[in-house]
Amino acid sequence: MSSLLDPTSELQPVRRDALPRPRSLSDKRVALLDISKPRGDVFLDHLEARLGEMGVDSRRYSKPTFTRVAPVDLKHQIVSECDVVIEALAD
Amino acid sequence: MSVIAKDYNGFIAVLKRDCATCRLIEPAILELTRATQLQVHSQDDPSFPESVADVIDERELELSYRLDIEVVPTLIRVHDGKEAARLTGWQRDEWRQLTNLPALGANLPEFSPGCGSKSVEPGMPERLAFKFGETQLQARRVEVASQQDKYEQMYERGWSDGLPVVPPTEQRVLKMLAGTTRSPAEIIGVVPPDNVPCTIEKVAINAVMAGCKPEYLPVVLAAVEAACLDEFCMHGVLATTYFSGPIVIVNGPIAEKIGMNWGHNVLGQGNRANSTIGRALQLVIRNVGGGRPGGVDRATLGQPGKVGFCFAERERDSYWESLAVERGFSVDESTATLFAGGGVHPSGDQKSRRPESLTRSLALTLRTVRHGKIYGATDALLVVSPENMRVFRDAGWSKARFRHALDAALTVEGHDVIAGADGVDEGMPAHLAQKRLSKFRPGGLLIVHAGGGAGMWSAVITGWAGSGPKGSVPVTVAIKS
Repeated sequence: MSSLLDPTSELQPVRRDALPRPRSLSDKRVALLDISKPRGDVFLDHLEARLGEMGVDSRRYSKPTFTRVAPVDLKHQIVSECDVVIEALAD
Repeated sequence: MSVIAKDYNGFIAVLKRDCATCRLIEPAILELTRATQLQVHSQDDPSFPESVADVIDERELELSYRLDIEVVPTLIRVHDGKEAARLTGWQRDEWRQLTNLPALGANLPEFSPGCGSKSVEPGMPERLAFKFGETQLQARRVEVASQQDKYEQMYERGWSDGLPVVPPTEQRVLKMLAGTTRSPAEIIGVVPPDNVPCTIEKVAINAVMAGCKPEYLPVVLAAVEAACLDEFCMHGVLATTYFSGPIVIVNGPIAEKIGMNWGHNVLGQGNRANSTIGRALQLVIRNVGGGRPGGVDRATLGQPGKVGFCFAERERDSYWESLAVERGFSVDESTATLFAGGGVHPSGDQKSRRPESLTRSLALTLRTVRHGKIYGATDALLVVSPENMRVFRDAGWSKARFRHALDAALTVEGHDVIAGADGVDEGMPAHLAQKRLSKFRPGGLLIVHAGGGAGMWSAVITGWAGSGPKGSVPVTVAIKS
């Protein structure tokens, strides 16, 4: 037997499965998140209109820059105000 | 920790049977045991010297390690548990003086050189440091059964970039850590994308795997530090669908000291330091940061330099100040500059012998960075070859003058590059049609001198599509020992 030194972070995160997708958007508020890439707003404009026609409440959010992960405050705000997130990656 | 009793007053001799001088001076050792207080430590055979009673078994080499014994025989005079004087090899007069025995070794020659201590045989200092030293490695141990292939195990664990990696054993990692005076426990940055605090020990482990020599470690550490700076934005450089990866450009005396390549095939394969330093950085991002292709690394195509891309600037015969000097460092400082770069694009002009022509010629290639109609958004690194630099040197053009002329050659009328112009939908926003546009943002074009002495080629390396303060800007850090 030989021994090697672990080159990794040694994090063993417990796998967290995504929540099940909601069966319906009734009584749900949808966050529309623009990551600030070109034409993401065009996509979200259409979604916002469609959701409005369906009678679904939605709110718009945007990241300061697509290059970095969303600031903690923004993530907290979305979690506090909405039930579902749709993110426009625009790629 | 001391290996000598606090109240000990006398001598310590360290010997080994395998040393001809140690065998030669056995009569003198015997005389010393009779005339003084002497501890005799034998590194390889506790029955040697046969004539001396109570020889101490030193095969574990702890005393040799703790007292930094490099040569046998070594004679140490101890006063109240502390070393007062030391002799190595056999020098009759000095041994007589140190021991106050004027007739010591009367039948021995005046001088006989010693041999290397067993504690400094190849690989031994690292083993002893691990066994007896205060430096204890913190990383988790991964056991590999004797029937298992270490190399295959490392592939299966996902530790490799696709090429074989060197098994990071304790001995190799300790040897690697000898390349720096910094503490293995020091945290040098938080590595994206998982944002994991990274110790020097973890960098050393990955440097071993990449194939680095210990003397490369300070460069790897500087590269990792630079990659963890917020302004470099390693997370975005990794996560992008674009081609980018961190390119390490080394300046200063360390490049020559560790044998880096700045000449022929400088951007290619074949030099150990160039090949492994960049790879070590990428392994840190992969293994410590958790950044892997298909995971957070979302590159559409990538490029071969993402295995690792590192080279040194050709400073010695350069006519221009180096990249590091331009960025505020002195010529005596060693630095690592990180540039979020894509692939290499050649600029091949075989005819220009005038600086005006060559500048405009290089600008033609630089205008294609990322896309011929995208301006001010993507940085670039221009690698000027010696034969191209000769044109500027012969004409007396400074780097500043070249930059000024290049800026002019890289400025276009907005209406030529707006979206839709030339039948191409891509391009700059229409409201810029009446503006003059520069290809690069201020500070967005790095220029270095490198390459072999023959060939009228230069190279353009495209930056990340997300260049600039909102994305990634090039960063330069000093290389610490």
